[in-house]
Amino acid sequence: MDTQVNIAGVTLKNPVMTGSGTFGSGMEYSEFVDLNCLGAVVTKGVANVPWPGNPTPRVAEVYGGMLNAIGLQNPGIDVFLERDIPFLKQYDTKIIVNICGKTEEDYLEVVEKLADEPAVALLEINVSCPNVKEGAIAFGQKADALYHITGQIRKKARQPIIMKLSPNVTDIAEMARAAEAAGADALSLINTLTGMKIDIHRRCFALANKTGGMSGPAIKPVAVRMVYQAAHAVKLPVIGMGGIATAEDAIEFILAGATAVSIGAMNFVDPYTTVKVIRGIEDYMRTYNVENITDLIGAVE
Amino acid sequence: MKEKSTAKVLSQQEIAPRIYDLWLETALAAQAKPGQFIGVYPGNAATLLPRPISICEVNGERTALRIVYRIAGKGTAEFSALRENDRVDILGTLGNGFPLEEGRGKHCFLIGGGIGVPPILQLAKKLEGDKAIILGYRDGNLFLAEDFAKYGQVYVATEDGSEGTKGNVLDTIAENALEADIIYACGPMPMLRAVKQYAAERGIRAYISLEEHMACGVGACLGCVVKTKEANPHSHVHNARICTDGPVFDAEEVDI
Repeated sequence: MDTQVNIAGVTLKNPVMTGSGTFGSGMEYSEFVDLNCLGAVVTKGVANVPWPGNPTPRVAEVYGGMLNAIGLQNPGIDVFLERDIPFLKQYDTKIIVNICGKTEEDYLEVVEKLADEPAVALLEINVSCPNVKEGAIAFGQKADALYHITGQIRKKARQPIIMKLSPNVTDIAEMARAAEAAGADALSLINTLTGMKIDIHRRCFALANKTGGMSGPAIKPVAVRMVYQAAHAVKLPVIGMGGIATAEDAIEFILAGATAVSIGAMNFVDPYTTVKVIRGIEDYMRTYNVENITDLIGAVE
Repeated sequence: MKEKSTAKVLSQQEIAPRIYDLWLETALAAQAKPGQFIGVYPGNAATLLPRPISICEVNGERTALRIVYRIAGKGTAEFSALRENDRVDILGTLGNGFPLEEGRGKHCFLIGGGIGVPPILQLAKKLEGDKAIILGYRDGNLFLAEDFAKYGQVYVATEDGSEGTKGNVLDTIAENALEADIIYACGPMPMLRAVKQYAAERGIRAYISLEEHMACGVGACLGCVVKTKEANPHSHVHNARICTDGPVFDAEEVDI
């Protein structure tokens, strides 16, 4: 049985990775799961300088999921290179660094600082965070803006780049094609869906930011649909995510066209989710006599 | 070592209106420290996130944890229906806990307000110092107050004046002319702000336990931060994670 998959020339031992922002830089969850088991660890988004993030409350529970408006708090690339990369290098897993920025220059500065870090296998470019007011999502909601920034990053990046797409768009296929045309090496989706919750007793917003990104099992059908549409619009490998809680969920994304999958909000619910999904995928492959997991990619009829 | 595991309900009773007293049999009791908390999971796919609830007490054999919580929403309402021998998933033990060494041999105030009273109990049990235990309640429902008597002198304040001093915990301190070298406190934010100011005016140290909406409870999601005076060594910004850097902070270090 072969669970290996390939993303832009990088071989992962299995298709299961972590959703950016839900797993820290691996350290916090290394008490619960053996990071060596994971296909890849995708880090919390990192910018060129430290970001303080949004005021609290930053998280709120909603039916079958949650809203967050963390605002991409992060310690900046310099601390990240000194602390988080050396930590992750101890493990036999691929390191994917998620990069955020407010301007094109912000992104490029981080990309350049990571160029001499061969331990970083792939870069995931977050152009779709709904919680940062300046820039960021603006790059991910218009096809021409996405095309432009993808092209600029592609020119500077040493590693293959994964463009992380926003679901808060009219036509996901158009966005996928724009990223592909500009030289993206892979796509990941979906980022969170913009949502809102109101506390009716206090008559105030549940989040200080008013709006937040919704994640969790409740968004899965939307995510599966968008992964299917994006995967069929481009030739690039697609990393599917959005509410994956079980191996069955992960298989659904793979059948829809995803080459790999990420576990996001469910890490908060069950810190062992990633490992359980990996074991469950192997069980599925045994049950249905699937020799090679790549045979399942896009195999929905 | 943190883990998610299944605990067995030993007992549960309502000890004041909407306030529940739950004993759980769990191996996590062996590592529990005063001021730490656990995440308690609703058994329902619509309410996914663990509810952070402070540890009130650990039994003598360190095989069971007591939590005392108020019904605040769907999750805690579900917990209130748990009966003996039911199972519930928990995540723990979480957070740093109160620094016990700092108070050893000193005159200590142990201050609890409202649903901030419970974590003060295990602290009162373990702290080796001269303890004045000051508890603030809304009304005459003095839940847990009797449990404190064997660990120190207990002073009570009620907002409606039905028991003890009419007013808040600081009013009790003034009324009884109490003094301390160090303060430990848990309670609502206005109380913690007043305690911080009280300590600052007297140049004494105060350790306060904070709460905030959380998702992971283990330091990954960055949902539950508090502003800090200095840049935090982990975040490199003026934010600390309440779940892992706290929930107990030196009052001077946080901007509340």
